[in-house]
Amino acid sequence: MGTSTQALSNRATDARVTEDFDRRDFDWYVDKLVAGLVFVCGISAILFVLGIFFFVTKEGIGFVFEKMDFREFFLTPYWSPSDAEDPEYGILALMAGTASVTGLAMLVAVPFSLGAAIFIAEFASGKTREVLKVLVELLAAIPSVVWGFIGLVIMNPLLIKWFDIPVGLCVLNAGIILGLMAAPIMTSIAEDALKAVPDRYREAAEAMGATRWQVIYKVVLPAAKNGLLGGVLLGVGRGFGETMAVLMATGHAVNIPNSVFDSVRALTATIAAELGEAVVGGEHYQVLFTIGIFLFLVTFIINLSADLIVRGIRKG
Amino acid sequence: MATANPTMFQASDLNQHNERVQRRYQLLFGLMTLLLITPVLLILGTLVVKGGGAISWEFLLTAPTDGMRTGGVFPALLGTIWLVTVALLLSVPIGVFAAIYLSEYAGDNWFTRMINLAIINLAGVPSIVHALFGLGAFVLFFRFGTSILAASLTLAVMTMPVVIVATRESLQAVPQAFREACWNMGATRWQTIRRVVLPNSITGILTGVILEVSRTAGETAPIMFTGAVFFTPFLPQSVFDQTMALSLHLFVAATQVPGMAEEIPFGVALVLIALVLTMNSVSIAFRMWLRGKKKW
Amino acid sequence: MVSSGAAAVASDTGAPADNFPSKLEIRNLTIRYGHTVALRGVNLAVREHEIFGIIGPANAGKTSLLKAINRMDVFTSGMKVDGEIRFNGRDTSRLSNVYALRSRIGVVFPLPVGLPMTVYDNVALSPRLRGIKSKADLDVIVQRCLTRAALWDEVKDRLHALGSLLSGGQQQRLTIARALSQEPDLLMLDEFSIAVDPVTTMRIEDVLKELRQEVTILLVTNLVQQARRLADRTAFFLNGECVEVGVTEDLFTGEVKDQRTRDYVEGRFG
Repeated sequence: MGTSTQALSNRATDARVTEDFDRRDFDWYVDKLVAGLVFVCGISAILFVLGIFFFVTKEGIGFVFEKMDFREFFLTPYWSPSDAEDPEYGILALMAGTASVTGLAMLVAVPFSLGAAIFIAEFASGKTREVLKVLVELLAAIPSVVWGFIGLVIMNPLLIKWFDIPVGLCVLNAGIILGLMAAPIMTSIAEDALKAVPDRYREAAEAMGATRWQVIYKVVLPAAKNGLLGGVLLGVGRGFGETMAVLMATGHAVNIPNSVFDSVRALTATIAAELGEAVVGGEHYQVLFTIGIFLFLVTFIINLSADLIVRGIRKG
Repeated sequence: MATANPTMFQASDLNQHNERVQRRYQLLFGLMTLLLITPVLLILGTLVVKGGGAISWEFLLTAPTDGMRTGGVFPALLGTIWLVTVALLLSVPIGVFAAIYLSEYAGDNWFTRMINLAIINLAGVPSIVHALFGLGAFVLFFRFGTSILAASLTLAVMTMPVVIVATRESLQAVPQAFREACWNMGATRWQTIRRVVLPNSITGILTGVILEVSRTAGETAPIMFTGAVFFTPFLPQSVFDQTMALSLHLFVAATQVPGMAEEIPFGVALVLIALVLTMNSVSIAFRMWLRGKKKW
Repeated sequence: MVSSGAAAVASDTGAPADNFPSKLEIRNLTIRYGHTVALRGVNLAVREHEIFGIIGPANAGKTSLLKAINRMDVFTSGMKVDGEIRFNGRDTSRLSNVYALRSRIGVVFPLPVGLPMTVYDNVALSPRLRGIKSKADLDVIVQRCLTRAALWDEVKDRLHALGSLLSGGQQQRLTIARALSQEPDLLMLDEFSIAVDPVTTMRIEDVLKELRQEVTILLVTNLVQQARRLADRTAFFLNGECVEVGVTEDLFTGEVKDQRTRDYVEGRFG
């Protein structure tokens, strides 16, 4: 019993109870310290984004203010940065390369990932569902450099054989690769959006005698519209910003494509390919950073719109 | 089937029709899913077939020889381990704390929305822009040079959203009632987090960390100009050294080295994929095991 | 045992003029959530070592009152508290360390919350939070609190099972044991019998009767008869207002000032 009273009398009694209320103990200060620490870490995300914008701009700003002719930069397709006498910096062809590849990729990926998402979310059940979800997740994890490698050594010979073309590194190749890359991510975002539609919507429609497909078409898809659109936008952003795969699979020729068999070059790939040989601080180097600013701003807008669209559904 | 009631007959007819339509759509979407997954599996199968021959202990544990045309991938493998380890040492603590802030402290206001938007953007900014940032900030401005430190910092900033999102999710899976019970007993926020919230979400956080290992190991563009090099005869001794890396090694082997035996790049690709997918599988398995082990 | 300090403070803050020191004094308390008023201008004084009952239908503001006393408004978004709450004579809105206040007030919720840790750790949590580390001391506290909460016999062989997986009735007694492990100066129970079977309810009531020797108990209950069985004095809350406070027996024998109290007590509404 001796221990008992000792253990229990560890606390102040009656008159001294309130003294504790004024005493900030060790734990009180630790709590405040942690609150500050996690706050700093929380805002670090904002700081990093600002940091990215700041440092990319810092390196590229010289060109933007001194030499850049916006019309020439955005509206001419002539890109010859290593021309010692008269280097030309027109990114129109590069933008066309990025746009054609991303566009084709979305053409491939959007219908298929939407279909796959509908199948996984609405038709598949039990084991099938689990296995498919895991597969999709694993496919989304394949690194982009591996995709580029696949485009280079597997798709390339296949396209040459199937379409009887001299070079298989082209819009089609990169589009398919990028489509296969983006599809798993879009599938899982779309599936999340479909799953977020409350079951009572489905039950209500089924109770009125609608078939499963009618329920999906008339109830689930409209309700998940914003989430699906947000997913597509994120896929676009993903394709737009993809670097290694398009670097390896497009053929890397500055060119406004006339057909899907033309080789092109993307904005991202240009930076990756040329930054290594550009002199730090030189004009070419600054131009590459200027492209970086452009990429940053475009993806920022895409992500912002995707976020606003998805948020719209939560509020509605 | 006695007297054929016409209305009943119609109803069952309609049902049959509906069922047919139903089955047709199920088939259609199932096929789309299959079309999405099969090519990838075929491609992966090709990689395994073509690269499998290259894989051996020797391939994993020796350096490239003869101008990278023969030999193994050891320096690249080791370099990737360096890069991933240092990147995680930096991003996991910050990421977990950031997630704790978002889940346990932040209110529902514009400021929190800004942070969330920033996280989405960190994940969404092109990897090559991260590379430019790493070059401008860590290599040049902070004068770390092209080094493991600069490359890992770049990777850390880029993949931190993975840890944040996974951690926030597993923290939010802990019911609010537990926190309130704890607060009511006089526990501070931090005591509550440490004694109740974290012990019940630590496995979920680990899942996110493993996922980040996989993401970090596969990235190429962010390390190209910040710390990874095509070839170096030296193994890294500290974070201020340059290093080879598996992902970049694949790019180099596939595009920059003429006359390399074909199975070597396939072997490199296979090692990289195996590393990434193993990590992902572990993370998924972990998550499933967790789901079957409810504590409330 | 009676603290003269508390008594002195009680008298100079205009507490009911009697010889009991006030453990808890509430003056002109108003609680809002956004534009909704949960509690309006409530005045109460709870004496040392009494069981003070609070009865009233749903939405009467009873739970908000307990939250405000425990200063949980800090952790509840949108909750705004005006007025004064004095605990042991101290204005609770002016404390440097609200955690110390909360650690002196034990709370039991309508729905039992066994924390997702072992039964032992559930009860040892509060002592550990205030720095008791010795296994022997903790053992004593855990056994003592579980015994007093009438749970020891049922769980003594599975102290290391998960507290969150006990049955509802057991979890409720576990939360009582946990509250007792705080060595509370004030114990607040919020409709504890909602999720509990009648037998367990009776056992907990017996526990409470014993406990009144050492702690002041604030008993919010939806069962009028429970208040009659346990409470020395009882307050009747309706729609965010304190309609009437009186000696419990008076309320039940018709000595009421307000007709609504009689109606509620006699089961005509609520």
